[in-house]
Amino acid sequence: ASFKELRGPALEPPILGEPATWMTFLISYWGEQIGQKVRKITDCFHCHVFPFEDQEEARNGVLQQLQQQSQELREVLGETERFLSQVLGRVQRLLPSWQVQIHKMKAVYLALNQCSVSATHKCLIAEAWCPTSDLPALQQALQESSSEVGVSAVVHRIPCRDMPPTLIRTNRFTASFQGIVDAYGVGRYLEVNPAPYTIITFPFLFAVMFGDVGHGLLLFLFALAMVLAEDQPAVKGAQNEIWRTFFGGRYLLLLMGLFSIYTGFIYNECFSRATTIFPSGWSVAAMANQSGWSDAFLAQHPMLTLDPNVTGVFLRPYPFGIDPIWSLATNHLSFLNSFKMKMSVILGVIHMAFGVVLGVFNHVHFGQHHRLLLEFLPQLTFLLGLFGYLVFMVVYKWLRVSAAGAAEAPSILIHFINMFLFSRSPTNRPLYRGQEVVQSTLVVLALAMVPILLLGTPLYLRWQHRRHHLPRTPSGPQLDKAGFLNSQDGNTSVNGWGSDEEKAGPPGDEEQAEFVFSEVFMHQAIHTIEFCLGCISNTASYLRLWALSLAHAQLSEVLWAMVMHVGLSMGREVGVAAAVLVPVFAAFATLTVAILLVMEGLSAFLHALRLHWVEFQNKFYSGTGYKLSPFTFAVED
Amino acid sequence: MTAHSFALPVIVFTTFWGLIGIAGPWFVPKGPNRGVIITVLVTTAVCCYLFWLIAILAQLNPLFGPQLKNETIWYVRFLWE
Repeated sequence: ASFKELRGPALEPPILGEPATWMTFLISYWGEQIGQKVRKITDCFHCHVFPFEDQEEARNGVLQQLQQQSQELREVLGETERFLSQVLGRVQRLLPSWQVQIHKMKAVYLALNQCSVSATHKCLIAEAWCPTSDLPALQQALQESSSEVGVSAVVHRIPCRDMPPTLIRTNRFTASFQGIVDAYGVGRYLEVNPAPYTIITFPFLFAVMFGDVGHGLLLFLFALAMVLAEDQPAVKGAQNEIWRTFFGGRYLLLLMGLFSIYTGFIYNECFSRATTIFPSGWSVAAMANQSGWSDAFLAQHPMLTLDPNVTGVFLRPYPFGIDPIWSLATNHLSFLNSFKMKMSVILGVIHMAFGVVLGVFNHVHFGQHHRLLLEFLPQLTFLLGLFGYLVFMVVYKWLRVSAAGAAEAPSILIHFINMFLFSRSPTNRPLYRGQEVVQSTLVVLALAMVPILLLGTPLYLRWQHRRHHLPRTPSGPQLDKAGFLNSQDGNTSVNGWGSDEEKAGPPGDEEQAEFVFSEVFMHQAIHTIEFCLGCISNTASYLRLWALSLAHAQLSEVLWAMVMHVGLSMGREVGVAAAVLVPVFAAFATLTVAILLVMEGLSAFLHALRLHWVEFQNKFYSGTGYKLSPFTFAVED
Repeated sequence: MTAHSFALPVIVFTTFWGLIGIAGPWFVPKGPNRGVIITVLVTTAVCCYLFWLIAILAQLNPLFGPQLKNETIWYVRFLWE
């Protein structure tokens, strides 16, 4: 037997497109036995065997047959493919809705899995939280669904000792502000929610640190663009995470931009340039005329200071914001630093006092009226007695100390330090008559508040606890010492009346309340120390308002002086200046957006957030609740 | 003159923010958002008024004046009069 490989085209079977090379062989043999062996081998290798006819016509006939067969097979394959693509096309149209259905069914079954099966009643029992105002809707839905199927589903309200989850309904505007409050901690059930106030105070404190009309306007326009385009599906459905972060906070950015424009006008900064909307309150001409500033004199002195004591130099305070002359002055930081530091302290004390006052709502709502007297009043007295007095001194000095007495102007800082040390500096003039007496009284009063804060609530709670448990003892309502000692032994159960843990339930007369005095006292001690030391450190912390606004102003000024100013003062010929301004402005715009808008914006955002989360919220907010996560088919936005 | 120039802005701005913060809440239409809008109006009025007030009080009695370069004095002297 011999065989020869035939050179022919490599045939590729049309199945699955896997290119397989087929070889064609011509095998010739002598004799039947060899033929059978050859056949076995070819069978083994799954070869297609065709007998080689002697006649040419027979060979052509076989060839034609084979070609017809392959043609038919090709047609069949083509038909099958077309049919397949039709079916798949139909399925593709139906597939999304099927997927949704399957997801829904899976969610329903997962929820049903959490119910417990009651064998006796042959039903599923589930305990769930439901908002009270939604209960009628729930009843309605259950009625409707049961009427169709024939089985009834009922809902009962049961009393519960656990703390319920918190549900705060928001619309798309308030959602972002609630989001930043919840990022710190979801509020406890029924505690006061700082979010409505945060809607304004957060953008405001951001704007204090970011104040610039130009930058605020850019921020506002960017946010406005997002808000106006918010319903477009291309914008809503974008998957880029950074974009989604900015888009989610579009209303936040809108308000931040708006307030930044306002504080920019007050700081009188528009891309670090001041504007003279009103005429300046300082008159250089008056100073020059009265001091005899001739041209020769000016040529000799590169730097001269206006003196407010000279008549006609200082006319009036600028009616809206900072006077534009300060942006031309070389000592403008001296003035601005003093202004911004005092502003930060004033804003800080007011913000913190507001936080303490919000605690009143908590005390009243949870029925803990003793805390009004034993915690709120001492806290407010401490805060306002010391730092409220500082604010008073600042404002008093602004109103009463004028340029005439500038040389011996009292230093508030020295006064404040001496107030705590009960000493005095002979070189520091008092601000007003009787200042020492007032200051000593305030410090003594504030110090007296500390033991009230420390001991007031624990002692009151202990007294109240004893009073409640006394009638239960078999010895009857006899208020003698022996009775007190006996009543403490029979205590069993649950909640310690920690001053921070507001239990949402009524002050438990049904419950057996265990009262561990040392625990309560420890808790109150920590709370007191935190508040008193926090008063000082938190007030200082608000100085970041000054620091960041200074940084922003300086960065913006540097950018103008080093980039734009160079371009604008390039040359007197129109052509040169215009040509140079194009790249200069490009650089200015890029750096403004990158450094001042993005970097400073994020920085101010972060610090305003920190001020809210720590300095404001630790006066009243516990944030130890959990959110209601209801079963819903809606996709979370 | 100085007293007038201080009293006028004070009256104007106090009235303006007073209208927004005190009179505004009465005109908010009834609806689910009424409480939030009133809070927003009052907080805005308080914050903005306070900020403006601090700025003007800080400049009421300046203890020192601006220090200017002689070039600045040369042109401001005639430009701003």
